[in-house]
Amino acid sequence: MSTNRRGFLGVAGGCALALAGKAAVEALSGGRPSATSTSRWAMVIDLAKCLKEQGCRKCVEACHRAHNVPTLPDPRHEVKWIWKESFEGAFPSEGGEHVREELRGSPVLVFCNHCDQPPCVRVCPTQATWKRAEDGVVMMDWHRCIGCRYCIAACPYGSRSFNWVDPRPYVSPLNAEYPTRTKGVVEKCTFCEERLERSQPPACVEACPAKALVFGDLRDPNSEVRRLLRTRYTIRRKPELGTLPQIYYIVA
Amino acid sequence: MFMFEKAVVGSRRYWTWLGFLAAVIAVGALCYWRQFQYGLGITGLSRDVTWGLYIAQFTFLVGVAASAVMVVLPYYLHNAKAFGKITILGEFLAISAVTMCMLFIFVDMGQPTRVLNVIRYPTPNSIMFWDMVSLGGYLLLNAIIALVSLTAERKGTDPPAWIKPVILLSIPWAVSIHTVTAFLYSGLPGRSFWLTAILAPRFLASAFASGPALLILLCMIIRRISSFDAGREATQKLALIVTYAMIINVFFFLMEIFTAFYSGIPEHKEHFVFLFAGLHGHAPLVPWMWASILLAAVSLVLLVVPRYRHSERVLVAACLTVFFSLWIDKGLGLIVGGFVPTPLGRVVEYWPTAPEIAITAAVWAVGFLILTVFYKIALSVRESLAARYQEA
Amino acid sequence: MRDRPIIITALVVFLALVTLPFWYNLARGQTARAPELKLPGAQLQCVAPVEYMRSSHMELLNDWRDQAVRRNLRRVTAFNGKVYRISLTNTCLALCHTSKAEFCDRCHNYSGAGTPYCWDCHNEPRVAQAALLPAHGRSQP
Repeated sequence: MSTNRRGFLGVAGGCALALAGKAAVEALSGGRPSATSTSRWAMVIDLAKCLKEQGCRKCVEACHRAHNVPTLPDPRHEVKWIWKESFEGAFPSEGGEHVREELRGSPVLVFCNHCDQPPCVRVCPTQATWKRAEDGVVMMDWHRCIGCRYCIAACPYGSRSFNWVDPRPYVSPLNAEYPTRTKGVVEKCTFCEERLERSQPPACVEACPAKALVFGDLRDPNSEVRRLLRTRYTIRRKPELGTLPQIYYIVA
Repeated sequence: MFMFEKAVVGSRRYWTWLGFLAAVIAVGALCYWRQFQYGLGITGLSRDVTWGLYIAQFTFLVGVAASAVMVVLPYYLHNAKAFGKITILGEFLAISAVTMCMLFIFVDMGQPTRVLNVIRYPTPNSIMFWDMVSLGGYLLLNAIIALVSLTAERKGTDPPAWIKPVILLSIPWAVSIHTVTAFLYSGLPGRSFWLTAILAPRFLASAFASGPALLILLCMIIRRISSFDAGREATQKLALIVTYAMIINVFFFLMEIFTAFYSGIPEHKEHFVFLFAGLHGHAPLVPWMWASILLAAVSLVLLVVPRYRHSERVLVAACLTVFFSLWIDKGLGLIVGGFVPTPLGRVVEYWPTAPEIAITAAVWAVGFLILTVFYKIALSVRESLAARYQEA
Repeated sequence: MRDRPIIITALVVFLALVTLPFWYNLARGQTARAPELKLPGAQLQCVAPVEYMRSSHMELLNDWRDQAVRRNLRRVTAFNGKVYRISLTNTCLALCHTSKAEFCDRCHNYSGAGTPYCWDCHNEPRVAQAALLPAHGRSQP
């Protein structure tokens, strides 16, 4: 058939437009089959109980061991899913000169808050991180992450770590049942979703000798977390930012 | 079709310059290969400062790319005839700058082989998705405009009528690319240094100062090495644009200083304190930021005073000071200042490593290579046209 | 024409270079022999028909990956009615394809498909660990 350049470009442009339209419709319609929300996982951390165990790192070790989190020699390249932050660092708006003595500089367990309005999810360009509709866990897909680190810029809590180098040489001991990650992707606490799937509590919760970590379902009015939230006063990290974090801290 | 044959003939100076650029690219490419194998740990970035030199260069260059509009708009919307001869130079500068932007994003990615995931899984709620759309679209627009205009000029005809709406589209598109880039930063709740409504206006003001300043410098260089003269009226009009844009940019900066320090809110103040005075004993960027202030002040004097602005030698100095002042501001201060202090209040230092600098230099060299080749083509076309008219 | 000898020589050299992969492999004599695979022994039933596994196991892996990671649907019913728990390490490799080197790698290396980057993150099951695994993969409700 005979066509001229103009005609060819017109057809090509039409095809491109059709393809783009298809992608747009898919994107705007969500793309994932919608799952009904059955639970809302959250955690209540009793800081007083945690403080009693001076120097304890059982939760950190349990988490990092279960998930092959590497221990890197260069502090710049540190990868951590859960750690102890100073009280002033975790709660910049609390503290001050006359804060209670035992709280000053005291360690506070911090990790991903699995926010209800997560800014990291909002900014991810590939949906490598998303909030699960069925249980509220902010998930990571390490197959899709392009390593742009936009989520790290967006997270107001510093919960996320990037793999600056290949982590495998620094994972010891290796838990073969759970994958490692590779260089160039971002990782963070996933609420032990692989354990939740087997109806087990998160590793940190199980490992805590003081039972300072209480994990449960906010949808269940009889859960331990709901009971604690009803009876005790709790604070959250940077609530003014509208992220609706789901990790609650009992300070008193 | 792209008249590339015009780029493969040139003087010794031309080939020496291309050879130098090729050498810089080669060194950077080797460093990038190393980074690809080893990971981004080869840079000075860290868990707390996760964006650095690469993203800062990208941010600065989006501004330079957007500034092509400062030549196109007066010519096509307001009939500023003086810009007629240099719109093509502005468009090629835009192409070169956008290419550098995309390269900087690419070298910054942890998993660059997965870059197409942004297209495979479009995410309209992510500003980075829109950044890719707007940059890609802008590149395409300018490529089409430049190609069509130059081809028409070479044939000695008017460009086809359909190019006019495309050119007009490129004007708001240019504004959009830099606004979207600002939105990357100004919507993040955890980064109070960037969480300001004035970030996008500041970006645009500094873009319209640094881009035309670079264009003036390029016109001066071209006048030296070829017979093409942009004309005094064009350079002076551009200089006026740079002047006003720089005044507005400095004004916006002072507005930020007022809000941060008069409110006294630590989260707002501390980033400026870190950049300009040092915080908790860390002051790596202090000399740079004050150099930027000094250069900006000098540039304002040289630009505002008409006697200085009218003098071409002084204008060159003014453009250089504007360019480097804004390069430090956006290319060093903006990104690192946003990450330090961290959301947990820590002060972490960042300084690029040698491989990081080599890769950065290589991307700049790619940009200059593209610019050189395209300018060579454009100037060759014009020179051969001029020769033909002289013969006739 | 004067250039005929040069052109003919250059053409011959070019053809030789462009067909290099073919006669190089022929000379090495390895193409005739297909790789010998250690077939999975423990479980005699596959999760999909053999021909499908041969032609499209990568598609199956990608589908299962998205299903497990992105949709949180970890149990899949195979064509033979059995229910498997999706896990590369703990099901695919632990139950059936127990030796990556003697099964997966042999074909991949031979065909030049190379090492898929799955192994950058996913582990091969340790023999001891495989023995410890509970009822993963066996028919489950």
